[in-house]
Amino acid sequence: MNALRHGLVTSLLLGVLWLMVVATTVAVVISFTTGDAARPALLGCVVMGLVAGLLTLFINHKVAAWVIGLALAIAFVYSPLSPIVLAEGLESSRKLIAGILLGVSTAIPLEYMLRGLGPGKLTRHVFEEAVIRFLLGVGYIFFTAIVLVPFYVMVMTSLKSQQALLKNPLDFSIDFTQGTALFRSYFELFTQFNFGQYLWTSFYVSVLTVVITLLFSVPGAYAVARLEFRGRAAFSRSILLIYMVPLIVLALPIYIVYSMTGLRNTVSGLILIYPVTTIPVALYMLQGYFRGLPEEVEEAGLMDGLSRLKVIWKITLPLALPALVSVSLYIFMIAWNEFLLAFMLLDDPNKFTLTRGVSMLNSSEIPRQHLMAGSVIATVPVMVLFLTLERFMTRGLTAGSVKG
Amino acid sequence: MTSNTPPTSKGALAKREARLAWGLLTPTITIVSLVILLPLLAIFWISFKPIGLADLRTITPVVKESLRKKGDDYRIEYRVRNSSQSKPIENVSFTDIIPNDLTLSNVTEPCALAGNVLTCTFGTMDPGYSERLRFPVLLNTDKDTAESISEGSKPVVVGKGDSVLTNSEFTLDNFRRIFDSKEFASVLWATVFYTVVGTIGALVVGLFAALLLNRSFKGQGILRGLYLFPYVSPIIAVAFTWVTLFDPFSGSFNVLLLQMGVTEQPINFFGQKPQALLMVTVFEIWRYFPLSFLFILARMQSIDTDMYEAADMDGASPFQKFWYLSVPQLLGILSVLFLLRFIWTFNKFDDIFLLTGGNAGTRTLTVNVYEQAFAISNIGAGAAVAVVIFAVLLCFSVLFLKYVSREEGL
Repeated sequence: MNALRHGLVTSLLLGVLWLMVVATTVAVVISFTTGDAARPALLGCVVMGLVAGLLTLFINHKVAAWVIGLALAIAFVYSPLSPIVLAEGLESSRKLIAGILLGVSTAIPLEYMLRGLGPGKLTRHVFEEAVIRFLLGVGYIFFTAIVLVPFYVMVMTSLKSQQALLKNPLDFSIDFTQGTALFRSYFELFTQFNFGQYLWTSFYVSVLTVVITLLFSVPGAYAVARLEFRGRAAFSRSILLIYMVPLIVLALPIYIVYSMTGLRNTVSGLILIYPVTTIPVALYMLQGYFRGLPEEVEEAGLMDGLSRLKVIWKITLPLALPALVSVSLYIFMIAWNEFLLAFMLLDDPNKFTLTRGVSMLNSSEIPRQHLMAGSVIATVPVMVLFLTLERFMTRGLTAGSVKG
Repeated sequence: MTSNTPPTSKGALAKREARLAWGLLTPTITIVSLVILLPLLAIFWISFKPIGLADLRTITPVVKESLRKKGDDYRIEYRVRNSSQSKPIENVSFTDIIPNDLTLSNVTEPCALAGNVLTCTFGTMDPGYSERLRFPVLLNTDKDTAESISEGSKPVVVGKGDSVLTNSEFTLDNFRRIFDSKEFASVLWATVFYTVVGTIGALVVGLFAALLLNRSFKGQGILRGLYLFPYVSPIIAVAFTWVTLFDPFSGSFNVLLLQMGVTEQPINFFGQKPQALLMVTVFEIWRYFPLSFLFILARMQSIDTDMYEAADMDGASPFQKFWYLSVPQLLGILSVLFLLRFIWTFNKFDDIFLLTGGNAGTRTLTVNVYEQAFAISNIGAGAAVAVVIFAVLLCFSVLFLKYVSREEGL
């Protein structure tokens, strides 16, 4: 460890490691956007990393370091020691783009990481700061990549044609010249596969689930959070226990009962069962919120002659409005994303919810881009809700929990 | 002198409050016990029953009546059969009112005519029983009217099949079957691996993500929202995307690996034995790290910064600060998260079901419920697996109540 804590060693090492990360990333980005073959080359990474580390260590001017790093990267990409090997026969401009990408993502972060490093011996503090900045950089790239790549693939696949997909599965570039034909998968889903109706079914099932859940859980949660009665602790615990019963265990008897009573294959059967799976979650979340509200306000209301029910209606609920929004959003999300029950209970394509409809597309006879387009249609509404109301959503998630 | 102890009996106000509390709780308790507790009891009951998917249809005797012509004579035909090929029906009989314009003759066993009421008694009807009873008939009207009036009066059938669900036949076969099979060892291994590695993985990855975001910089909010995507989007969408991405023939990931020279052959990620289990676990980590990161981040941001300033003064290095200051502060939330996530990962069904369908060594206990009940059509065995799951969960919940409820203040 002590040998590493030397300015020169640290910057050379970090330079090489960073170049490996960046070269791999840039190669993957090029592959995923253009479909061209690109791969990182170890020797190039090592050599350029050493040079870049050394230069960054001795150039103490920020902009100078950037410019020199960029020039260096472009020079390296055209040399036989390029850290990124592109497919043979590509035009020179592609190489230039690769060089610029590589240069920018090497020079700027590396300058930041090695800031404050001198060529001599380093204090533990400075050394660890540099290592942490390096790890942060790697972390941001890693996490952003693992989250973005699947969603990128989902959207792009839905816009491709079957032939293009089979020809080169990596080529996600979009041919804008085809105009509206780009969205043909979506068009077919809505015209031939009834997706408009599924969207509507999913929507009203989710909204009704939210409403029914709140109707049951708001009074229940208030009672558990505020009122004194025998069995309160036991009740509070059993909420948590019920919260832990897996759906698949319940699904079997529900399936049997629904088969015998004719509720299977009906949307009303679904609306009947969804709230029950969400009521424990909502109870658990809401009682936490109600407990956090100041009791004094309610007591003041009681003193002034309001009944308990009036207190709940006029004082507690308005105060808990943000909480109600969070809980509603969370429950909407659960109901919208629910798959297992819809899959088991619905067989009739006229009554499908969106998730059930998408699962129907997973067949060898239906092209992949339809499946992905269906996935996009299912994802977009929750994403829009999530992004516009992120504050509430995050709060709902943290409060409620840990339900998977 | 009177002692100053609080009154032991409840006052009127307290009583009223308790009454209100129960009033508010009753609807919830009713519906939850109806739809959660009853099914749980049902699962126990079914797990001791020899019942398959086909037994869900109720078994009834079926009687069809028709007017036939043979030569110049007419006759009424009753076609009687048992709807089940495997179960007998007891005390079967039917009665039919013969319209006035028809006159039956030659009524034989098992039937008897009393006035204009025909009664046929069969006693116990064997499985797969099917018979035609024919009686000559004289018509007092024309044929079409006779047909419509004779078939207009539907025979009333009595007799109920013995439903496996409600009779007193019990068996331990279901449990014997699931425990004996060689699969059970592999199911158990898949469950343990998936649950333990998935839980710990999601926690560790979540901790790293939280460390990345526990600093203020431009775009921190955007990144935080972005990192929650895997958790917020519908399982069905992300699962199918992963399947598409890792497809051995047309999946982009395999092409990428080939192109970079990592492998020579495309890898069948979700279809081969060792990788498939690893891949579903990786998926589990990918999908649920946002949850742990959200919780850990919330805890991190509530840690007092004074402590870090004091440590800075004392010359602590960044790693030392993390190890000696942050980690002890985070242990509480980490252990709660571990326990909760452990239970939830154990319960997980959809993910594996959508990714591999439980093939290639990824069948966990929960997937096994579905597999037994619907793929093999043996509902009893499925219920038996569900009982096993429930027993395991009960053990977990004891742990859970012991530790978590203390943390959560319940």
